[in-house]
Amino acid sequence: MNSFLRVAWLVMRKDLRVESRSWEMMSTTLFFAVSCVLVFSFAFVREGRAIEGAAAGILWIAVAFSGTLSLGPTFERERYHDALRGLLLAPVERAAVFVGKLFGVLLLMSIVEVVVAVLVALLFQAPIIQYFWWISALLILGNLGFASVGTLFAAMLARTRSRAVLLPILLYPITMPALIAGVMGTVAVIQIEPNFELARFWLALLLFFDAIFLTLALWTFEPVMTE
Amino acid sequence: MLLIGLVMFALAPLQIAGAPYESTMGLIQKVFYFHVPGWIVMFLAVFVAGISSAVYLFRQKPLADRLAVAAAELAVIFGIIGLTTGPFWARKAWGVWWQWDARLTMALILEMIFCAYLLLRRYGGPGSDKLAAGLALFGMANVPFVYISVNVWRTIHPSTSVVPQLAASAPGMFGPFVWCMVAFLVLFVVMLVARVRLEAQRAEAERLYLVLEEG
Amino acid sequence: MKVPQFSLVFIVCAFLFSAVSGEPVAWGELEQPQEEFVPIDQIPPEDQLPAAPLLIAAYAIVWVVVFAYLWSIWRRLAAVENDLHDLSKRVSGDVKRST
Repeated sequence: MNSFLRVAWLVMRKDLRVESRSWEMMSTTLFFAVSCVLVFSFAFVREGRAIEGAAAGILWIAVAFSGTLSLGPTFERERYHDALRGLLLAPVERAAVFVGKLFGVLLLMSIVEVVVAVLVALLFQAPIIQYFWWISALLILGNLGFASVGTLFAAMLARTRSRAVLLPILLYPITMPALIAGVMGTVAVIQIEPNFELARFWLALLLFFDAIFLTLALWTFEPVMTE
Repeated sequence: MLLIGLVMFALAPLQIAGAPYESTMGLIQKVFYFHVPGWIVMFLAVFVAGISSAVYLFRQKPLADRLAVAAAELAVIFGIIGLTTGPFWARKAWGVWWQWDARLTMALILEMIFCAYLLLRRYGGPGSDKLAAGLALFGMANVPFVYISVNVWRTIHPSTSVVPQLAASAPGMFGPFVWCMVAFLVLFVVMLVARVRLEAQRAEAERLYLVLEEG
Repeated sequence: MKVPQFSLVFIVCAFLFSAVSGEPVAWGELEQPQEEFVPIDQIPPEDQLPAAPLLIAAYAIVWVVVFAYLWSIWRRLAAVENDLHDLSKRVSGDVKRST
């Protein structure tokens, strides 16, 4: 287990180091997420007030869109100088490479989500800060589910034609249950009379989704990445 | 080939003969005889696609890949049948073409997953067979979530207990339903076999192309 | 084999957590979905929307889709078999020439 985590950590550290040279992915993804929130705000605000339930939806749409956007470059970088082949040829468990990449994606998405959640709370007067633990739990679990599937598909498509277009096409339908659970859970928490029972159910569903799809991703990373 | 043709022709009068048996509840409910078997077969196709994709990924058997492609195409086709007959029924029974209840939404999602599978195979270039297999596997894994969501959301869709109780509650309807169910299953198997055969012939043609190029 | 063990543990934990979560909604409050079909003899007169065209359209679509697909398989199969025929001729022609 030690060497597995160590490899994952090394991969993640490499990604962070590359990112810290230019902060390109972080800044572009952040900016995109914020513009997303603004664009959707214009769509859903009537007479100066947001439509009921819009806040939760906008939060999660921003998460989904910016997540998808950041997944592409994550593996695009590996295409140069055959870095991807180097990673795959390394004498380590491939699943560890996958987990390392996943941690990197999770970190990026978490930072973006914090910013977006605060923004949504401010713009829509949604009690997101008030129910911090609930919203965090939902975001973390939703994040994990979305990122597991996303990292796998991004890796799969790294060497494919039309990869930029195909990633959203493949990703959104599969992660729909996680996104729906996230939105419905958030709605249950921030609505006028919060329904914590319902929120707990959606959390459980998310956990289940994560367990199953993370496992599937770990299992299929190896066979899918072989030529 | 002849065998396939014969079975096909046997099906057509079978379906027609099924119709007169149907019974007397509000006329539009008769769509049920095609709608429900259509969806059942679609789920079957999804499972076939998912399982053969897993076999292809982990055992690399080419037959598994052909079966997966065939089943995915059929999942899309039967999904189209379900998604078009459903709204026609809904328009009459509920007054609207579409409702965002859980089962419809998730069925739409499943359909989209397998359309994505076909798009990936068509436009993904070389190596997309493995990737598509991964997608199909994930698609299949999503099915339980479809079922769970049905039971949590408010839903005006007839519940899943209608069919098992059909024999007891409305015997006049049970016969034609079974008839149509069998008809759809036979249709599914026929089309699956034909489609797998198509893939096998294509593979053979490619092999011959390669032989020619080397020769 | 670390990965399968880890994932198994994860799944079991997830299951236990979900089991402990309890009833999310008072089931009685939900609108009850239709439990069974009830055959009736007469449609209430307020049913204005004519059902027959919808029904016929639905069945027609099913037939059209099924036959369109079968025809498309047929067409593709014929094309591939033509190719196959040509190719095997050429291959055996090659073989004859080289022997």
